[in-house]
Amino acid sequence: MKIQRIIGKVLKYFSLALITLVTTGPVFLAVLTSLKSKNEVYDLGVLELPGQLHFENYVTAFVDGNMMTGFKNTLIMVIVALGGAIINGTMVAYVFSRFEFKGKQILKSLFLFASLVPGMTIQVMLYQMISRLGVYNTRMAGFLLYIGTDIISIYIFLQQADSIPVSLDESAMLDGASYLAIYQKIILPLLKPAVATVAIIKGVGIYNDFYIPYQYMPKNRLRVVATALFQFRGQYGTQWEVICAGVIITILPILILFILLQKYIYNGLVQGAVK
Amino acid sequence: MKTKKIIWTFSDLKYKTQRKVIVFCFLFFPVLLLAVFSYLPLGRMFFYSFTDWDGMSREYSPVGLGNYIKIFTDAEQFAVLKVSLYYICGTLVQTVLALYFATILSFKVRFRNFFKAAIFFPYLINGVAIGFIFLLFYRADGMLDTVLKFLGMGNLIQKWLGNPDVVNWSIVATSIWRYMGLMFVIFYGAIASISSEIYEAAEVDGANAWHKFIYIIFPGIRQVIFVNLTVNLSGALSIYEMPYIMTGGANRSKTFLMNILDTAFKYNKYGVASAMSVVLLIIILLTALFQKMVIGKEKT
Repeated sequence: MKIQRIIGKVLKYFSLALITLVTTGPVFLAVLTSLKSKNEVYDLGVLELPGQLHFENYVTAFVDGNMMTGFKNTLIMVIVALGGAIINGTMVAYVFSRFEFKGKQILKSLFLFASLVPGMTIQVMLYQMISRLGVYNTRMAGFLLYIGTDIISIYIFLQQADSIPVSLDESAMLDGASYLAIYQKIILPLLKPAVATVAIIKGVGIYNDFYIPYQYMPKNRLRVVATALFQFRGQYGTQWEVICAGVIITILPILILFILLQKYIYNGLVQGAVK
Repeated sequence: MKTKKIIWTFSDLKYKTQRKVIVFCFLFFPVLLLAVFSYLPLGRMFFYSFTDWDGMSREYSPVGLGNYIKIFTDAEQFAVLKVSLYYICGTLVQTVLALYFATILSFKVRFRNFFKAAIFFPYLINGVAIGFIFLLFYRADGMLDTVLKFLGMGNLIQKWLGNPDVVNWSIVATSIWRYMGLMFVIFYGAIASISSEIYEAAEVDGANAWHKFIYIIFPGIRQVIFVNLTVNLSGALSIYEMPYIMTGGANRSKTFLMNILDTAFKYNKYGVASAMSVVLLIIILLTALFQKMVIGKEKT
């Protein structure tokens, strides 16, 4: 019995150490490569340390690679799309959770069905839609797609709004509050946890999204972090040290956020998944 | 003392009127977005799947079921659809790994938060960065080859992304590396929500870790596992990003979705591409339906 337990313990820690090596190893490889000189990338073994640390690769990647534009555009995307999705979703949630009206059930099921249709399956026609609206290659394309095809957020808000007791609305109405005031002063503040969940899911999603910016906003000026990095493939072809520096630059901000907000990020993703 | 109101405000309206105004105003844009970005594209996709539209000209002619027949009789389409099988296998492996690590980290473990973070963090990295990292990892004389040599398994060395028999496994492994952490965190959260009293009672009865997994954890989170599995299975059918970034679909790593987008945007065959999308959508909806049916049955 005792031996069994010891073996179990060894296996447990061995597998944990192994998975840690597997997840961190490739990233460590990128860090190491980003600090080598051009010749060292080819002359040294992959896991050999460089003679001195070549931080100039980071300058090359950041300045020549136009990462600044990428970060700026990503930030604009995240803020506007997030703001839009929150307003959009909380409005729908308020109306669906508080009012009865004709056609409500039909509308609700239309939203539900749309949430089952993965965005990628209708890409061909979405592309047509965006060009017809005349917003192809503008920021508007990103805003519209991130807000308009995001039905999961609406569901997260709806679920939370349903759990807010109606008695709060009623007592506010006794004080003469309008329905608009109830939305602003009662529903919105109490939806804060759902807002945090949506902010995390969408924030991570938009920061890491490649397809929408690549397909709908190919213009140089509109490149986001992911598409700016993708550009490195042609620009720096075989200059792995610069590519790796670019890779690390795109990873750092989100890793720092993760370390600071760990608990919220785990919770947000779990909430979003079990919606 | 009543002051005379000069400015008309929303709250002066009767509640009944307010209600109408709010319902209309609050739903107007969300429903418009829903129509324009979900239902209109869906409708047009079905419509054009029965035509030979090229995506640009105003003219097109109906071809009946022609596009669908083309898809189901084209050997190339089936070859591409077969690539999905690799990703489906990957999903199963990913689920088992996520479940294993979620379970052992739910028990007493040292440095739990560190291991949790180590398993999860790849999910936060963008696909392009992951693609580059693994291009470097799989390169000839790259990290994988070096590690294999070090372990004395140099004879296994391959052209990881160049050999058509291996390339899909290499990309699937990358996919698991990227997404396993998310699944792990979801399972971990589900296990954490099982009441600790149940474990304590089991411990009194002398249950070991394996018993706890089989009799408490697995039944307790069966639904979460199932839902995640089906969601990921549908995901496996619409894989695009990882293979596009890593190989561009070369060496037989082209996926069904890549093929759809190429058919439309490269070859301007919007009719065929629409029909392919419809097929993909139907498969995914059937998976979702299957999931709802199984869970519905369990509830009753």
